[in-house]
Amino acid sequence: MTATLAPSGSSVALDWRRALLWGGICALSLVSVSLIGLPVGMNKRILIEPVLSLGYLFLLWIPLVFGYVATTVVVLEGVEARKSGVADLLAGLTAGLMGGIGLTLLMVGLDTVNIRKPLVNWSPQLFRLLTFERGLEFGIPVWLGICAGLGLVGAVLHQLPAVARRVMSWVLFGVMAVAILEAVIDDLAEGFHLEWLTDALYYKKGGTEGLTVTSAVVLALVLAALPVVTGGRVKAAVDHYRDAPSEDRRRTSLVLFGAIAVACVGLPMILGGIVNELLANVGLFLLLALGLNIVVGLAGLLDLGYVAFFAVGGYTTSVLTSSNSPFFAPEWHFGIALLFVVVMAAVAGLLIGAPVIRMRGDYLAIVTLGFGEIVRLLFLSDWLKPYFGGSQGITKVNPVDIGPFKVQGSDPRSVFYLVLFFCALAIYVSWRLQGSRLGRAWMATREDEQVAEAMGINTVNAKLMAFVVGATMAAFSGAVLAAKVGSVFPKSFEILVSIIILVVVIVGGMGNIAGVMVGSLVLIGILGGPRQPGLLQEFQSYKLLIYGALLVFMMLKRPEGLVPSARRSRELHQDEYLQDAWLGDEAETEGDQGAPS
Amino acid sequence: MSLLEIRGLQVTFGGLDALSSLDFHVNDGEIVSVIGPNGAGKTTFFNAISGMVPPTEGEILFDGESVLGLDPNQITEMGIARTFQNVRLFPNMTVVENLMVSQHCRTSQLFVGALFQTKAFKKEEREIRERAEEILAFFGTRLTGYRLDQPAFALSYANRRRLEIARAMATQPRLLLLDEPVAGMNPMETAELTGLIGRLRDEWGFTIVFIEHDMKVVRDVSDRVVVLDHGVPIAEGSYESVSTDPDVIEAYLGRPLESRKDRR
Repeated sequence: MTATLAPSGSSVALDWRRALLWGGICALSLVSVSLIGLPVGMNKRILIEPVLSLGYLFLLWIPLVFGYVATTVVVLEGVEARKSGVADLLAGLTAGLMGGIGLTLLMVGLDTVNIRKPLVNWSPQLFRLLTFERGLEFGIPVWLGICAGLGLVGAVLHQLPAVARRVMSWVLFGVMAVAILEAVIDDLAEGFHLEWLTDALYYKKGGTEGLTVTSAVVLALVLAALPVVTGGRVKAAVDHYRDAPSEDRRRTSLVLFGAIAVACVGLPMILGGIVNELLANVGLFLLLALGLNIVVGLAGLLDLGYVAFFAVGGYTTSVLTSSNSPFFAPEWHFGIALLFVVVMAAVAGLLIGAPVIRMRGDYLAIVTLGFGEIVRLLFLSDWLKPYFGGSQGITKVNPVDIGPFKVQGSDPRSVFYLVLFFCALAIYVSWRLQGSRLGRAWMATREDEQVAEAMGINTVNAKLMAFVVGATMAAFSGAVLAAKVGSVFPKSFEILVSIIILVVVIVGGMGNIAGVMVGSLVLIGILGGPRQPGLLQEFQSYKLLIYGALLVFMMLKRPEGLVPSARRSRELHQDEYLQDAWLGDEAETEGDQGAPS
Repeated sequence: MSLLEIRGLQVTFGGLDALSSLDFHVNDGEIVSVIGPNGAGKTTFFNAISGMVPPTEGEILFDGESVLGLDPNQITEMGIARTFQNVRLFPNMTVVENLMVSQHCRTSQLFVGALFQTKAFKKEEREIRERAEEILAFFGTRLTGYRLDQPAFALSYANRRRLEIARAMATQPRLLLLDEPVAGMNPMETAELTGLIGRLRDEWGFTIVFIEHDMKVVRDVSDRVVVLDHGVPIAEGSYESVSTDPDVIEAYLGRPLESRKDRR
């Protein structure tokens, strides 16, 4: 606030208190990341042989980011911006140095006291990692130097022109991504017969061993050259797309959509097993997320027990197609079982929906949460054990027999195609329903239920229909899961599934089909589902932590999601929209006054 | 026969009678205004008719049929539409969507039509969109053109009020209940809307009951005025007769000083 009060002309001093505050947060972050166990847990994963492991990366990015942030100030329009200078670099350095001091204190603490009882990661391994196995007298000065240096680099980055900054961050992210995604890139390269490239790129002494130093440097240079070659053409194309009239945009969207569809059908043929398995998992969760998107995103019903329908689909399929189902094993074909899956999903949707549908907001969320658990516990219970096998579940679910193909877990490509079919169906249904009478009724119910009722909409029916449509999609996903895994257990249907799907929908962009697709690709594909590993298998044990952090970050910075629906981003940015609309109006009325009327 | 017939209506909240022994009727094609001081029960009266508040006692007949016990959406389907005193649009839906969604009970397409894009579905979509635009055109150019696709929250206050009326019109009612249609508008806008209320009956054939505090509007458009106070009708008749009625003046202004002395 001091900035606004200062008389214009005089340069405003750097806010040192802020810089120190950032430094403190930096130190805390370093210590907490260390104690969470990320550095030790990830140290085996080498990114650049022999200098950098993923574990160290988790520590190193912190002072860099805080050095960058420490000098950020909000520049208000009409207020003279503070001139940046040496003071900013010093502030970055200080923030980094304070981080180093934090680590120093941690190291000294690790050396002198033992509080491993409450803090599992207060371990000798952490001490050895932090001191590079050379004792305190080596570790302390090195970390102080590294942190201060990175803080300074961060501050310098902040002072650089935006173009240089963009190139630098692009190169950094690019190199790290190539290093982290080694397993997948390997898998991809095999499909395209580009093994020579990966052989040159990676160190490769059995397993994932990271880039070599030379290849990292070369890669960085290539990545830095890329923006120079493309010369901002990508950005221009995106801008052009954004400014194009809606009809052109529609056509471009259709072309894009077609390209994605072709890629979806064609790519799995050349992709390896790992990527196909990943994509199959993404598809399973996309199917779930699309269903939840209708319930939460369109109809506004916060359903936290969504996993119940997933379970119903899985168990229905298993009972009807398994040879090992305890009381009734007709061993039908998957296709016939699907019909019953639809019926059972609708029944479950109505059974769970009918009693809870009149509740609103928080009450609905809590009650559905309960129902989700009830369904899982029923399948687990001794009471229903003769029918559903209790905790042993149902095994030996027959693979899906489609003419020449057999869809089963050992062939991830076939599973992917099966999932793709259902996803395409679900996307089409969501898309068509959104713009129909029913979709509008859902939206009106979400906006103001009482008024929707007064405007002639039977909100109870509308909400029940949303429940049933969502339930059917989830049940399809459950059916494919049963066929893929070849068995079902109550364990697969824990409450965590409901929550992760909700996170996928929120982070992706609630109410938007493309958003949900991006959300499941990013979250399930990269981080992994509740029981399914993602691209970054190393993060398996920290997955929930990252999910939580991501959710908090998104809520603060981009509550409308990665790819928001136009409606929702308008809703969350009403002020800006109103301002634009108002400025537009003004321009128009000025034009009107000029014309004779 | 009267379009709306209410006999002995009573609405009780806890121990408080918001409305008691209220008799009321509206003839087909009439414009009736309901006035009364704040807290007189006017909005509760509308809520009871539109099914949002269950009456404790009494009878409400619309076109000879009882609406008691019906859900608000069923009552709307029978042909009673209302607006709200504090504007309650669907703020994040566009102007035209607001009108399309309120034709819900007049349309019938469900899953099959939407999924297979049948001819009937497309025809229905086209029809409700055309009707929406036709209704919006009634308000001049304010809600047409580029505004069709603007979200309702982006409209100016007066336009939101107009859109509320338009949305009620889109449900294709016979009886229109307007709750303070000109509240918060400036004199010019008020004058314009006063004219529109008359045209709503003459051109669209709606029977109108409206609550209003602006006496100029009440005088200009109503065929009959009903005055409520403490949930009881205290006067009824033409504006002239009602506005000189001592009971009405007392309800609004209190009792003159001399008469108090007299009564003592």
